[in-house]
Order: sequence, then structure tokens, then C-alpha cells
Amino acid sequence: MASLIECPHCGARPKEEFTVRGNVERQRPAPDADPDTWFDYVYLRDNPMGRISEHWHHTAGCRRWLIVERDNTDHTVFNVTDAMEAKSKS
Amino acid sequence: MRYSALSIFKNALGGNKDWQPVWREPEPKKKYDVIIAGGGGHGLATAYYLAHEFGVRNIGVIEKSYIGNGNIGRNTTIIRSNYLLEGNTPFYELSLKLWEGLEQDFNFNAMVSQRGVVNLVHTDGQRDAARRRGNAMRMHGVDAEYLDLKTIRDMLPFFDYSNARFPIMGGLIQRRGGTVRHDAVAWGFARGADSYGVDIIQNCEMTGVRREGSKITGVETSKGFIECDKLALSAAGHSSVVAEMAGIKLPIESHVLQAFVSEGLKPFIDTVVTYGAGHFYISQSDKGGLVFGGDIDGYNSYARRGNLATVEHVMEAGVAMIPALSRVKVLRSWGGIMDMSMDGSPIIDKAPLDNLYINAGWCYGGFKATPASGWCYAHLIAKDEPHPVAKFMRLDRFRRGYLIDERGAGAQPNLH
Repeated sequence: MASLIECPHCGARPKEEFTVRGNVERQRPAPDADPDTWFDYVYLRDNPMGRISEHWHHTAGCRRWLIVERDNTDHTVFNVTDAMEAKSKS
Repeated sequence: MRYSALSIFKNALGGNKDWQPVWREPEPKKKYDVIIAGGGGHGLATAYYLAHEFGVRNIGVIEKSYIGNGNIGRNTTIIRSNYLLEGNTPFYELSLKLWEGLEQDFNFNAMVSQRGVVNLVHTDGQRDAARRRGNAMRMHGVDAEYLDLKTIRDMLPFFDYSNARFPIMGGLIQRRGGTVRHDAVAWGFARGADSYGVDIIQNCEMTGVRREGSKITGVETSKGFIECDKLALSAAGHSSVVAEMAGIKLPIESHVLQAFVSEGLKPFIDTVVTYGAGHFYISQSDKGGLVFGGDIDGYNSYARRGNLATVEHVMEAGVAMIPALSRVKVLRSWGGIMDMSMDGSPIIDKAPLDNLYINAGWCYGGFKATPASGWCYAHLIAKDEPHPVAKFMRLDRFRRGYLIDERGAGAQPNLH
């Protein structure tokens, strides 16, 4: 992991300021979803190797949710964007 | 060749020209009864016990790199069985018992050293938890002893006993715990398995699984297709990657864990100690280097190197516990990829296919489990039923709600 994450709001900040939620694709199911869906969400992981997109929370900074795109085999960070902005664009 | 004092003497007289390679380097056969995917400690131990205890001989162990390059060569060599829960304690105690007889069993010097493992406590709550764990261990027939402050002080004189925020109050010791020469474990199991005709195929990466319905017929590898009756996964940090080839999604995330070794020092710490107030544990190798480590870095990773922030954190915790460490130079640091399960406990089970077996989720406790993991996995593969001490380590326990939640942290792998 790069030691610095380029936060779109705060600039380059040490990665200890951030909290990792996990892969962007892993979305919380509806409260009334069936138990299998919930089991899958809570316990199972794709755990992909290579280029991934994750939700990171800038806990000790702007407290915004970010999308960090990185390679988990060599720690390159490609891109950091605000999750809300990314959502409104799509 | 059986190793003995006599064999050393004879070979010395012969100019040491007759020593044989410790294991063969065969080309893969067309078909094996059992293919073990992953030639790490657990994979090799599984192959050894399958051949040695359960009479299965036609085994191929495929390893994408070389023997000893994975977590078996990257850990901090600690063995112990100081667990609380019924699903864990008997299993790790079997492992410790196997460690105790291992060197005679596989005829290789693994330098098993039962120097004791101390868990320090710093608060009343930690003391109560340590006593509870000690009592649970003793009820399972495992040795445990609570040490008061004076005993700890005499035993570990260099520690900081004037820390106002996290005073050392005492500690729980398991005297039968200790350390083992980790590489020798890989070499010993590899040599032992090889002596029964097990093929250890290095630099042979598994690239796919051939499946007909719910039956696996063989594996695609970088050395071609190999047919098998049973496929046993034992891929540690890459478990999700190989399981995906068989269409199985695991309750596992891969995280990086770092470890460190200092320059060689005179005898300083003659036991294994864990700090109760921070993520830090330490022991001293026979060569004199202090071997220590801390917690995982906290983000998913398949890279075998970690982050500077964690390095700093580990050093700070170490110096808080042993101020004298501030003058010690670190010689090396490295990282390994941990298969972090959702409850912090491992999985040794049949997959929901006809002939696929899974051994994964060791988090950062895989090394101490190596012999019992091999034994129980071999039992499962040979008899198609779980070994009694591994009967709780099922893949479907998450769905059924029977977690083995040793730490009580819930489904958050980065908290275990």
C-alpha cells in the first residue's frame, strides 16, 4: 500500500487516517432480503487478486466516503474519487 | 537415508560425497489419487500423514513456487495451544503433542524448543480473562499457569515495570509452548512425504480445475493437465483464488502480516512473550536475533510486503514493553499473506462437491497448527469424515451460526 492516499478533498494524507470498508461491489442487501443473500453479504468474499475498487472512509480527515482504486498485488494506487460524486455521475 | 549420528560419521569418512538430495524433483505423473494444491507446511504435512498414517501413497503436491517460500518460511515460529474454546483447544493441543514427537517421527531436526509462551496482562479485566482461559485449558488437559508480578519480573527483567498507563500485573504462561525452526518443518515434512513416494512438484502453478458436474476430474497446471481422484486445496493466502477455480466462494479475505528480526544479540529473552497492551510479541532465535511482529496491516492485500505505518506501530509497541529495544537495529522485515476467516478460526472440511477438500482460514495462526492440520486434513481426505478434534472447523458453520469466535470480534476479518 502506498503510504499516502491522495484524498480529493484533503490532498495527500497518511493511510492510517483512513478506514477500509471493502470492495465497492459488496453492497448491503435490503433489510427484508432472504437469509441466503444476507449470509452471502456478511460472510462470503470474492477476495479478488489484482486491480480492485474499495470504499475507504477518511475517518481522521474530511470524513467523506471515497473510492480507492488500487492493485492489491503491488500496492499501486491508481485513482481516488469521492463515492457520492461517483454515484451522482453514474 | 535415515539420519543418525552414525550416518554423519560414515559420510564424514567418505568425504561427504554420498549425501542424497532431501527430496526428488519429479515431473508430474498423468494421474494421482490425491492432488494437494499448495506445497506449504500444511500441504506437505497433509501429504506426509496421508502416506505415513493413512496408507495413501499416490499423491502429488503441486507448488507454484519452491518449498519454503510461502508462509512456512515467513512466520515467527511460535507453537502453543493456549486457546479458550472447545472448537479450538483439543485441536491445537493435538498439534502441540505432535510437535513434541515430530523430530523422532519424521527423522529430521526441527529444533523444537519448549521455552514457554507468556501472555502479559495489564488490567483486572485482562487478568480475569487470562485466568478463565487458563482454567479452560486445564480442563482440556493443557498446561497453564498464572504468574504473579514478582515471578514475571524475575523471569523478564528487562521489561518496563513502571508504565503508569499499562502496568504489567502478571501473565499466563504455557510452559510447553515455544518455538520451532520453521524451514526445517517444511524440509522435514517434504523429505518424509518424499520417502513414501509422494511427488513434490515445485514451480508448478495451478491455473484451473476441470470439473464434470459436481466431480473434479483434474487440475490444469503450468506443467500440463494432471488427473486426480481427489483434490485437496491448501493454498493459505491464495485459498480464494484456487477455490474460485472450482467455483467456490470462501468466507475469507487475504491480508498482509509483517514480521521482523533484529541483529544478533546475547541471550536476552528466553521465552516467547506477548504484550497485552498493544500488538506485539517477541522471542529470541537460537542465532540471537529477536524475532517479533504485530498485527495485520488492515487492508486486503496479496502483496508480500507491508506498510511503514504498521512497522512504526510495531516498533512503538515493542519499545513500550521493552525500552532497551530502542537501541536494537532491525535486520530484516518481511510480509506474508494471511487467509483471514470471518471468525478467526480455520476451516478443514469437504467442499460442497464430490471430491474437493478445503484447508484454509488459518489467519495468522497457521504455523503452530501445521502437524495437526496435516493430520486432520489427511484423516478427512482418506476417510471422508472429519477428525474428532477438527469437527467444529466446518465450512458451513457460518451459515448455521456455529462460529468459533475465539476473539469475539464478529465477521470482520481485519479485527481477528
